Amino acid sequence: MAENCAVIGVGQTQHDTKRIDVSQVGLVREAALRALEDAELDWKDIDAVVIGKAPDLFEGVMMPELFLAEALGGAGKPMLRVHTAGSVGGSTAIVAASLVQACVHERVLTVAYEKQSESNAMWALSIQVPFQQGVVAGAGGYFAPLIRAYIRRANAPEDTGIRVALKDRQNALKNPYAHLKFPGITFEQVAQSPMLWDPIRYLETCPSSDGACAMVLGDTKAAKRAPHKSAWVHATAMRTEPTQFAGRDQVNPQAGKDCAKELYKKAGITRPRQEIDCAEIYVPFSWFEPMWMENLGIAPEGQGWKMTYEGATALDGDFPVNMSGGVLSSNPIGASGMLRFAEAANQVRGLAGEHQVGGARRALGHAYGGGSQYFSMWIVGDQPL
Amino acid sequence: MREVAVVSFAQTPYVRRERRRSEVEMLVPVIGQAIERSGIPKAEIGFTCSGSSDYIAGQAFAFVGAVDALGAWPPISESHVEMDGAWALYEAWIKIQCGHADSALVFAFGRASMGTLPETLTMQLDPYTLQPLGVDAVSLAALQARAALDAGLCTEREMAEVAVRSRGDAKRNAFAQLKGDYEVAKILAEPHLISPLRKHDCPPITDGAAAVVLAAGDVARRVCRRPAWIRGIDHRIEPHQPGFRDLTASPSTALAAKKAGADKAPLDLAELHAPFTHQELILRRALALPASVRINPSGGPLAANPMMAAGLARIGEAAQRIHERDAGRALAHATQGHCLQQNLVCVLEGE
Repeated sequence: MAENCAVIGVGQTQHDTKRIDVSQVGLVREAALRALEDAELDWKDIDAVVIGKAPDLFEGVMMPELFLAEALGGAGKPMLRVHTAGSVGGSTAIVAASLVQACVHERVLTVAYEKQSESNAMWALSIQVPFQQGVVAGAGGYFAPLIRAYIRRANAPEDTGIRVALKDRQNALKNPYAHLKFPGITFEQVAQSPMLWDPIRYLETCPSSDGACAMVLGDTKAAKRAPHKSAWVHATAMRTEPTQFAGRDQVNPQAGKDCAKELYKKAGITRPRQEIDCAEIYVPFSWFEPMWMENLGIAPEGQGWKMTYEGATALDGDFPVNMSGGVLSSNPIGASGMLRFAEAANQVRGLAGEHQVGGARRALGHAYGGGSQYFSMWIVGDQPL
Repeated sequence: MREVAVVSFAQTPYVRRERRRSEVEMLVPVIGQAIERSGIPKAEIGFTCSGSSDYIAGQAFAFVGAVDALGAWPPISESHVEMDGAWALYEAWIKIQCGHADSALVFAFGRASMGTLPETLTMQLDPYTLQPLGVDAVSLAALQARAALDAGLCTEREMAEVAVRSRGDAKRNAFAQLKGDYEVAKILAEPHLISPLRKHDCPPITDGAAAVVLAAGDVARRVCRRPAWIRGIDHRIEPHQPGFRDLTASPSTALAAKKAGADKAPLDLAELHAPFTHQELILRRALALPASVRINPSGGPLAANPMMAAGLARIGEAAQRIHERDAGRALAHATQGHCLQQNLVCVLEGE
């Protein structure tokens, strides 16, 4: 039953604090048109549209896909809207891929976006519902204690986070779409930036961005006709665990471990560090690079920080991570997961530009959300599995 | 295509205002009943998908809390759509088609009493051109009804008849919120709420939740005496701007029904998600339903309209009648957006 699915077009917007030059309509079309152009297709070639974004309160529109239907060429077609917290960009791509894998559609357009400047994300996350635990204004406040727990458990050197931030910000200089760019950034600049939520410094934090990402996914036939190289979806996986459960380990969540395990099994991967050429993962605060390296089973538990320290995760390291500059450099929340998946695809297509990893044949895309409880991942390769 | 069936359905009693229970507390028994009735052990259910809206709950990430109703430990394969649960069922059906799962739990919930529903739904409009006008959901439906009346496609009497039939049928539905014996003449004597809609032409505002379990081929046959097989399912969207559409027709419903193969064999009944009386008349024409097809024996959304769950409940109601041998072949429909903007059609059949 399962048909092969390939990424045949990728597009993204310029990411910025305020894209006041475009409406939400203009933003999603900028990404969608670039993806269509990359695939040399027109709106009429698309069978269905799958759109994703984080909470509707971020823009102040309930179910905005309804008003975006015309702009995305959706009229007369099936249109789905996915929302799985911060992992949504990844989950949206996975739902779109499954429409092709199920042989229901041949070519699907998938788009994820956030236009945070239309509203106030901090406010949207701070509505206190009676008898429920508050989300805590700002994600940094939620995640800082988890990072402190990681440092203690792994006995990690205090400057690991600074090194991650420096590397990601240097990578972003090679990415024309990145929101934050600090030419000539140094270790000292990151170290001396203000402490926001100990141990997270200002320059170790993701920005709030306006931006969108889009991909055209197609079946084998569509991939054959595509003008550029395709990225083949080898495996997808999603996992969720509950918020209110005393048995959870939020530092190294079971859902993430299980998700990676299923993903590698489906992709036929037994030694991820050796068999995957590069990874684009969801790192909103610098320390999540070593934490996720362990959670993903790429580094042994307690040793993720060593990969950062030894330069393994650098663009020229043996396991490059966040070649695009990552979430630390551009964070349109709803699109952040899809940007990871799209970067993984472009790496194996050989179309990643200045931040291309030489000879990348198999790449990992990763996203997470909620209180470290939603995970979505995919493995893409330069050949069908 | 893989054979997939609805093997169980559960729903809350629908009420105007659920005062005592949170969304999670509403969901726990419904999800528990759906799983128990399916006969599939919880640990064996391969995928879970839900439908809900943050704006109905008045809170960002409202569905994250709902995960607490699942007992998702060890962690589960799960997804969520910011849509009516009928579309969550579609995503689950796709997962099973891919072979990624052999069974799935689908649920949806809405507690509209948390806010002022018609005004909340104004937030669903284009934020640049329509939202600033402040038009509410009932007024837009009234514009649609007026267009249908002016086009001679229905009469106010026919609309009243839909209300009387729906609430009369709802007397036999223990879960319905608004039911009883009404008279067409008396309804027509009442003043308009927003012309040409009278109060009886509008759905009640409802708090509630629904859940369904899907299973593929052999699993469905093993656990269910008479599975309600999904013979076809499709959904389509129309433009958002009311001026871009013929509000008196529902081409997206007609297309979805065609793709779902609704016309391949005669239907016994249809559960239509038509929140307003005139919308049932528009849908019946779009679907070309003959008079022999029973419409909304459950009472439909005019008897209970839990936002985000009402469409899923239509599929559940239709499936349940097949389980109970009350119907052989049924059509279930779901809608969302203003004036029937987006529509889903699911054709179900017993063996």
